[in-house]
Amino acid sequence: MNALLTALAGLRVPLAEHVLLAAAALALGIVVALPLAVWASRSATVARIALGLAGLVQTIPALALLALFFPILLALRGVFGPGLPTLGFLPALLALALYAVLPVLRNAVTARSHMDPGVLEAADAVGMSAGQKLRLVEAPLAAPYVMAGIRTAAVWTIGAATLATTIGQPSLGDPIFAGLQTQNWALVLAGCIAAAALALAADALLGMVERGLARRNRPLALAGLALALAGVLAAGIAARDPAQDTITIGAKNFSEQYILARLIGARLERAGYQVRYREGLGSAVIHDALTSGAIDVYVDYSGTLWANEMKRTGNPPAAQMDQAIAAWEKQTSGTRVLGALGFENAYAFAMRGDRARGLGIASLADLAGKGSNVTIGGDLEFFERPEWTAVRDTYGLGAAKRRNFSPTFMYDALTGGEADAISAFSSDGRIAADKLTVLADPKHALPSYDALLLVAPGRAGERRFTEALQPLVGAISVEAMRSANYSVDRADDKRSPQQAADALAQAIS
Amino acid sequence: MGDTGQPFLRFEQVSKTYRDTAAVDAVTLDIARGAFVALVGASGSGKSTLLKTVNRLVEPTDGRVLLGGEDVAGLEGTALRRRIGYVFQSIGLFPHMTVAENVAIGPRVAGRPLDAAAVGERLRRVELDPALASRMADELSGGQQQRVGVARALAAGPELLLMDEPFGALDPVTRDALGRTVQGLHRQLGLTTMLVTHDMAEALLLADRVLVMQAGRIVADATPGELLAGGGGDAAQALVAVPRAQARALAAMQL
Repeated sequence: MNALLTALAGLRVPLAEHVLLAAAALALGIVVALPLAVWASRSATVARIALGLAGLVQTIPALALLALFFPILLALRGVFGPGLPTLGFLPALLALALYAVLPVLRNAVTARSHMDPGVLEAADAVGMSAGQKLRLVEAPLAAPYVMAGIRTAAVWTIGAATLATTIGQPSLGDPIFAGLQTQNWALVLAGCIAAAALALAADALLGMVERGLARRNRPLALAGLALALAGVLAAGIAARDPAQDTITIGAKNFSEQYILARLIGARLERAGYQVRYREGLGSAVIHDALTSGAIDVYVDYSGTLWANEMKRTGNPPAAQMDQAIAAWEKQTSGTRVLGALGFENAYAFAMRGDRARGLGIASLADLAGKGSNVTIGGDLEFFERPEWTAVRDTYGLGAAKRRNFSPTFMYDALTGGEADAISAFSSDGRIAADKLTVLADPKHALPSYDALLLVAPGRAGERRFTEALQPLVGAISVEAMRSANYSVDRADDKRSPQQAADALAQAIS
Repeated sequence: MGDTGQPFLRFEQVSKTYRDTAAVDAVTLDIARGAFVALVGASGSGKSTLLKTVNRLVEPTDGRVLLGGEDVAGLEGTALRRRIGYVFQSIGLFPHMTVAENVAIGPRVAGRPLDAAAVGERLRRVELDPALASRMADELSGGQQQRVGVARALAAGPELLLMDEPFGALDPVTRDALGRTVQGLHRQLGLTTMLVTHDMAEALLLADRVLVMQAGRIVADATPGELLAGGGGDAAQALVAVPRAQARALAAMQL
């Protein structure tokens, strides 16, 4: 209970950001939907096309829609120049606004098509111009229905805005995703409660406006509107942007990344920078986020960059790979690889010790020998990754059954028997803690995964910045990282990523 | 005939075709200033369509309509309609406005708003209590609503009043009373009135000229007196026969 209250108290900024994002998206959605509705009411073809498109957008999962705006905006840089943000507020705003269009548009079009034809004929007959008819008759008669659509859109938008976290826009998804990752359920619950309460509050206030319009009770409608605007204004004040020269530190969606982000953040703060965090970014977007300057620094892994960014195959020794990556980054985008942190977070296949012994499996080759009698669990992206393809083809693992798990639940899947082997990470503290067997890779199918510190092109030449981070290079052993990860991931006596980062900083100094 | 020597309202070869069907078929017709003309005919005879070519709620496919010698096609639709009163069966009061706002809407959109006193006067004209001014339209009875409809149509002081089955949805008592109100206003305000109805008795009682339409054409044009005397042709007499038979039956019951 106490943990929940603490978590709720810490939600001021995510809540404020969430309110601003949802309100802006809703407003943009309305601004798009209403003129479209007017046009659609004048033309059946436009109505069909607009409603069809808006309906199609609704069928795209919100998460996918948010992610799609990254490449779209990246492509639009050709038109608007490199200053166009591709992550954070803008793509989240656009995706959510698209989502908000349908309910408003549909209700407005429906309201218009159900309007009493006699009333519309009277409007013409008394000599109203098209504009007067819209303003004096159609708009006021449609208003309660449009308002009901806005209400629906508001609730959807507030719900979907939690996913904005995945494209680097702070929202109430921050505590939910971070909590899910670190198994901090109080944090997850706090985020959910806040999002639900926000949706209920918005629904109630907009409901006041709707009732006011339907009953022609102007004070009621204005009061609802004023309260809703006051809420947005309060959020604007609470979320005011911090100082100008703020460093944005990126992190992917697992504990190690959260911890390293805080470790980097602490060093930069000591060097006099303001820092903020963009956490929970997907592997696919975080590198582009760095090269485009949306984030200033993050930690990535050599094997990931080698396969996903450079599209290289083959498996050179670690040092050689790191060098090739540094050269490639410098040449293609001006990104600077400051160096390897010292530990490796390689893909590895782990099994329960007793199960591995029982089946007589010690290596990937042994695992392949079991054919379709074994189930391999992977995180959400693993089976799409070139590493899996390499392992599968090298050892002939194609017959094995596959299951996807959220990274958080993979170890539980292993202990619960839902998977015989999982894709694990060599720096994961749970390998030692759970006494897991890491399968050998005799044919070296898996590339090395040195943790590399990457600095955005815009900061690459900034000495104060690079000097603040230089001491981290080569300083973190895999044991230190495992222990930090485990302190966050374990079920009991959990540490926050910040606490783990502080402890890690102590351990390596 | 009007002051200028030309008819107040003239239809010249007016046709309206929907796909292959002619709703109105080359109608030529003059209507004198001050006339109360009833257009009678069965459903689908084209009488409403012909009426609406005057205020251009319907644009003719062919021919032209002259109002005071001016081709209405050359006038701006909104400006034209602000000069013409229009009352129709579904009444079409604006449900989100008060009675006063409904009555004053025509002058308001024309940029000459009415004050409360003027609205009260318009309501008295149609025999409504000015105290109803602040009510919402849907709080009134059907008969009261159509009285507001008439007041709205006449609020801006038009010379021409078009009525499309205006009493069609009302009960017989209300309909009779409202008919007399309209007839009184027609005389008092010096209106030229065109009334579309399928009820020959109503036409005979209210109008001073009755036109019968059939399949888009005018097949009879006579005064009520001529019609009652057996004139106007077969189509007209077939319609006159109905109220006449009813009157006879009623008279027979009194004996």
